[in-house]
Amino acid sequence: MLREKVTELKHLLIQDAGLVEDMISRSMRGLLEKNPDMLYEVVKHQEPRVNAYDRSIDELCVQTLAQYEPVARDLRLVIMIIKMNKDLERMADHAVNISESGLYLIANPFLGSYDELRTMGENTVAMMKDGINAFVNEDIAMAQRVCDRDDIVDEAGDKILKDLTDVMKGKKDVIPRALALMRIAHNLERIADLSTNIAEEVVYIVEGRDIKHHSGEHHH
Amino acid sequence: MKEMIHTAFERTRSRRAIWDKAMIYVLSLCAIGVLFILFNILTHLFIQGITSLNFDFFTHLPKPVGEKGGGMANAITGTLTLLGLAICVGVPIGLGAGVYLSEYADLKFAHTVRFMADVMNGIPSIVYGIFAYIVCVLPMKGFSALSGGFALGIMMIPMISRTSEQFVRMVPSQLREAGLALGVPKWRVVVDIVVPAALAGITTGVMVSLARVAGETAPLLFTAFGNRFWNHSLMQPIAALPLQVFAYAISPFDDWHRQAWAGAIVLILMVFMINGWAQFYVMRRSRWTSGK
Amino acid sequence: MDLKGSIQVKDLNFYYGTQHALKSISMTVEPRQIVAMIGPSGCGKSTLIRIFNRMNDLIPSTRVEGEVLVDGVNIYDKNMDVVSLRRRVGMVFQKSTPFPKSIYENIAYGLKILGIKDRRILGETVEKSLRRAALWEEVKDHLGKSAMSLSGGQQQRLCIARAIAVSPEIILMDEPCSALDPIATARIEELMGTLKDEYTIVIVTHNMQQAARVSDKTAFLMHGQIIEFTKTTDFFTKPSNKITEDYITGRFG
Repeated sequence: MLREKVTELKHLLIQDAGLVEDMISRSMRGLLEKNPDMLYEVVKHQEPRVNAYDRSIDELCVQTLAQYEPVARDLRLVIMIIKMNKDLERMADHAVNISESGLYLIANPFLGSYDELRTMGENTVAMMKDGINAFVNEDIAMAQRVCDRDDIVDEAGDKILKDLTDVMKGKKDVIPRALALMRIAHNLERIADLSTNIAEEVVYIVEGRDIKHHSGEHHH
Repeated sequence: MKEMIHTAFERTRSRRAIWDKAMIYVLSLCAIGVLFILFNILTHLFIQGITSLNFDFFTHLPKPVGEKGGGMANAITGTLTLLGLAICVGVPIGLGAGVYLSEYADLKFAHTVRFMADVMNGIPSIVYGIFAYIVCVLPMKGFSALSGGFALGIMMIPMISRTSEQFVRMVPSQLREAGLALGVPKWRVVVDIVVPAALAGITTGVMVSLARVAGETAPLLFTAFGNRFWNHSLMQPIAALPLQVFAYAISPFDDWHRQAWAGAIVLILMVFMINGWAQFYVMRRSRWTSGK
Repeated sequence: MDLKGSIQVKDLNFYYGTQHALKSISMTVEPRQIVAMIGPSGCGKSTLIRIFNRMNDLIPSTRVEGEVLVDGVNIYDKNMDVVSLRRRVGMVFQKSTPFPKSIYENIAYGLKILGIKDRRILGETVEKSLRRAALWEEVKDHLGKSAMSLSGGQQQRLCIARAIAVSPEIILMDEPCSALDPIATARIEELMGTLKDEYTIVIVTHNMQQAARVSDKTAFLMHGQIIEFTKTTDFFTKPSNKITEDYITGRFG
């Protein structure tokens, strides 16, 4: 019946989210701890699993809509799960990108300390975790806070970009490494963005309110 | 528990089968018995009267006492006339009463009237004759077809009222609601929609009561009175089959006896035909209402 | 708001004898809207729809308190001509009820009651009503046949044509599709969409999906009260009352 299907969907999404969160963590830790196996894990093993989740969740959502014609909250839930599913799949893509850049970087000498990147990474993971927790607990306040934190991550990203631009002006041979770092920062920013999407989707499920597109600028 | 019932069931199977068959035989014997009696009456009548059923019978007047031959033409037309008059009296009042009881009366009043109708059905027919005598014959100072028709008519009223009420009541309430919801005043809903919907049943009721009074003799004894000649005015006495059959049957003449049997056959044929036509009408009508 | 074809209910209380069947009902149906009323069995939706054409008058010992305005006039006023009210507010029932007459006579009957005798006008109106009810093409060659010979879905469209023939402003439908198969149901729902241009429609249905498909606004009743009455799209995506939400997601009822 509809109840069971909805519960099953929520569980699948939460498992998927857990996997994606792990991928993001690993992709940062693998870089900072110089552990290539971790990064390979992300690219070779974890990504296919996320793709499998992507397909199952999509299919289950379509079936549920067709069979049960859900209304009100159930309808909002199923439709938002479809969206969150997509968001998670793209987050996983970004984690893979980070891992690939990471693999390049740890094969070469480090370019300065990666502290700011580390902090940015930690914030991003925290946002993602909160977004999913807001979904699990149907906590609107938490969801709202996720949206508010996006600015912090954006600012950190901007600073890293500026710093790296300065670094690149100095010596030409650091350019490939600097670019790799910029890519990582960019992907982290995108992950943070997607986390705010998830938070907005949670608000829609719980209250039927659409808060997209008016929480200030996303600058890239 | 289940098994206990199952085995009990199995054990009594053959006994039940035997009882089943036995009951079927007994009941079919009863049905055959009914047919047997009817068949007997009809054959008896037929054998006795068929010889007198000739062309003359249907076209000639009765011959004077003692003479052979003659017919019952006037009695046949007389019965038909009386039935026609009876319908004029019985149907308007009976149908009107039935419709009123179903559509307008409150339950208690309807119950009382229905009870009265049942009582009326049980009144001996000769009492109706006496009533018609007092109401029609005495004031008119003579026997007449009118009084005979009146007597038969009022006999029909209770049954027509009963069956009309029943069939009108059976019309589904949604049909009435549909009419009212269209902005049709109640009386028109009754006349244009409800009564036509019940027409099959109402007609059957009329036909059945008609068939019943067609053979009544007692009420006609001192109203229609009988007539050896053609009737020329409704205010005059009129011949009727039952009266004629009665008169001939108690006479000492063999020829008249045979004619009495013939008269009885014609009467029965009439009743059959009325019932048959009623059935046919109902069948056609129900095809109309069920749309086959 | 243009009043013609509108229904305004103001604090209506309705009693079957001592039973308080409708409690403080207030709602407005705007002209040329389709309003659906849903709710569990016994919630009062059929009772309420029958208030609008005073069909409840047929039941003994009923009492009405409050105002019900059709076209701005209180229909429970002493001077109200109920017969003319029922011409303006037509009704289609759950079980189709063709009169025991021909197809033509079924539709012409309402007009004849109004005193229209001109055969040309009758013929034109019959054709127009049958066209409007999407039945003309199927019956135009056998208008003289008994109405009973039509299928269930056709009979129901006939009843709609019959109601339309007398030019009502409002059409009430009490579970019009519950006795019909899905295809016949779909045709009637389609028909409702076209009728909306000319008539105000109030439909009682026990099928939530139908209410969602056909109506502009949906009312949810329970125990004789209106729990929620909003735009249909809002009603089924984000109802404001928790009881409504629980009912439409199947948590009870």
